Amino acid sequence: MHLVLVGTSHHHAPVELRERVALDHDQAKELAEHLGEAVCLSTCNRTELYLVADDVEDAERRSVAALAALEPQVEHALYRLRDQAAAHHLFRVAAGLDSLVPGEGEILGQVRGAYEAGTPGLVLDRVFRQALHAGRKVRVQTAIGESPASVSSAAAALAEQVFGDLEGRTILLIGAGKISEQAARNLLSRHARIAFVANRTLDRAHELAERFGAEAIPLEEIGPRLASADVVVSSTSSPGYVLDAATVERVRRGRQLLFVDLAVPRDLDPAIHELDGCYLFDIDDLEAIVSETLAGRRSEAERAEAIVAGEAEKFHEWQASLEVVPAIMSLRAHAEEIREAELRKAEGLLGRLDDTERQAVEAITSQIVNKLLHLPTVRMKQAAVSPDGVLYAEAVRHLFGLGKDER
Amino acid sequence: MAELLFWPALLFYGEAALGYVGEVRRPGVAGNAATWGVRLGWLAQTALLVVQAAREEGFPWGTWAGSLNLFVWLVVTAYLIWGCRRPYRLLGLVVMPIAAALLVVAKAGGGTGVGSKSDYSNVFLVLHVGLVLAAFAGFTLAAALSALYVWQERRLKQRATTILRRPAPSLATLDRLAGRTVLFSLPALTLGIGVGIARLVDQGERVDAVVVATLVTWVVWVAYFVLRLTGWSGRRAAYVALAGFVLVIVVRLALPATHFA
Repeated sequence: MHLVLVGTSHHHAPVELRERVALDHDQAKELAEHLGEAVCLSTCNRTELYLVADDVEDAERRSVAALAALEPQVEHALYRLRDQAAAHHLFRVAAGLDSLVPGEGEILGQVRGAYEAGTPGLVLDRVFRQALHAGRKVRVQTAIGESPASVSSAAAALAEQVFGDLEGRTILLIGAGKISEQAARNLLSRHARIAFVANRTLDRAHELAERFGAEAIPLEEIGPRLASADVVVSSTSSPGYVLDAATVERVRRGRQLLFVDLAVPRDLDPAIHELDGCYLFDIDDLEAIVSETLAGRRSEAERAEAIVAGEAEKFHEWQASLEVVPAIMSLRAHAEEIREAELRKAEGLLGRLDDTERQAVEAITSQIVNKLLHLPTVRMKQAAVSPDGVLYAEAVRHLFGLGKDER
Repeated sequence: MAELLFWPALLFYGEAALGYVGEVRRPGVAGNAATWGVRLGWLAQTALLVVQAAREEGFPWGTWAGSLNLFVWLVVTAYLIWGCRRPYRLLGLVVMPIAAALLVVAKAGGGTGVGSKSDYSNVFLVLHVGLVLAAFAGFTLAAALSALYVWQERRLKQRATTILRRPAPSLATLDRLAGRTVLFSLPALTLGIGVGIARLVDQGERVDAVVVATLVTWVVWVAYFVLRLTGWSGRRAAYVALAGFVLVIVVRLALPATHFA
């Protein structure tokens, strides 16, 4: 039984191609069912088919055909991996090492979803369970997923560095564009409350404020509302400052405030940062922080790669042991047959024994068989990992006269 | 036996202090090793104190050096409450070098062995020395939290690019924890001083430099507490806490000779 992977990802195909082979949950489930023992992993960055088959070429052909049926051009952007290489790839994917942003956490849930929607047998069940384990292990044992990977998530993380838990903290959004919204969503995901949305066009402010359950205010009201805000996120297209240091000093009443200026040209007076208890980060500061955290992720990725390689090796050992399992089972069945046959032959003598004595004979003979077979069993499993491991199994079959049909 | 336990305690505290330096350079393995160093060192020192208590008939930490040994143990105990959590590891960078250095001073003064029994009564020593030392341990932790606050605030002001790569506890958390630690430590110091003064008056003894410095320390920490109630927080409160800690060190190290029997 071989593990086969055929797929494409952001490394091999542009988004125009990837979007044509992207499958939703139901489509992925349907395709997996159609292919037999299979799992289909489809995210915005990849579409991959994992199959288990005895005939590798046939499995690859069927997988390619299934993906080409969605988009013929994808055939040139497909990669094909087998057995340990395929498992290693899946473990890297689950650990976020193959992602656009190394260590991103969403992929682990997507791998779990694909596994649950697939039709896994023995091998796929094992490889996907191990992939989920590897993904969790990488997140626990390395800091790869701890630091933010975007400007808006960095802004939210900075707010946590000032205020700790953001629950109950109030946010004032200045500007109602996409950038403000993205930053707001990051803060919301950390339980902050979007209290005010200020914008030059009040209609647009109302639109965004409604989405967050906030109050829409004109730009002129920023000053008074600042008194009840903890974090100010600004992203307007205003040519000058929309908030100056004097206004902040007048209304803040000794409280700590975090200002995030995502606009170019800048919205917030840089002198705000000089005020006691006020921290202002502009787009350049945030980009420098993100660049540093991404460098940190990359260095953590080296440790993560070692963990993933170890897991791939374990899978290889397990998969190789599958080759000798039938031989071991045949050998044990053969030995058990001989034991039972010999006991039947000695029935005349054993018939005189009482139940306790009979049970003792059964136990002793079973123990002899087990002890005799223990070492050969262990050795065969160990040898299975080596390239000529199958030869051991063949030798055992030959020596003990075990037929292939005894599998 | 007591002397034998001193060395593993010092070794682990020293290892922890170095580990925390490594943690700042590259977070991960060094921090884990440091945390285990604190735990194992604390266990060794606890065993040392148990042996001292078992060998002596009375309160074994009534001398200056003995009380310093107990003080170190209390500081590390207080640190263990938070210090093993990942974001608070940086506290160890302040606490563990102090703990290791003071333990060496305690050893040099003969405070880690046996046979250092004080002339004072046990009840008085437990109440006076125990409470004052517990309070000082709390102030040391509050000062470490405040030092971390000043450092973290400085990183925010400097817009350090590594601020999210090596995150520390938030400013709000550090400020709150420092305040809470002082809230628990101040009554202990007040009671400890009260017991000491009561005995002083009862015995008709003279006020010495340690008593005066301890009272000044008490005033500074009361001021810290009152200022917090009036809205002081953040960097200014942290500086007051650090000033209070300087006085704690003066009381513990610079003026002890005339006070201990």
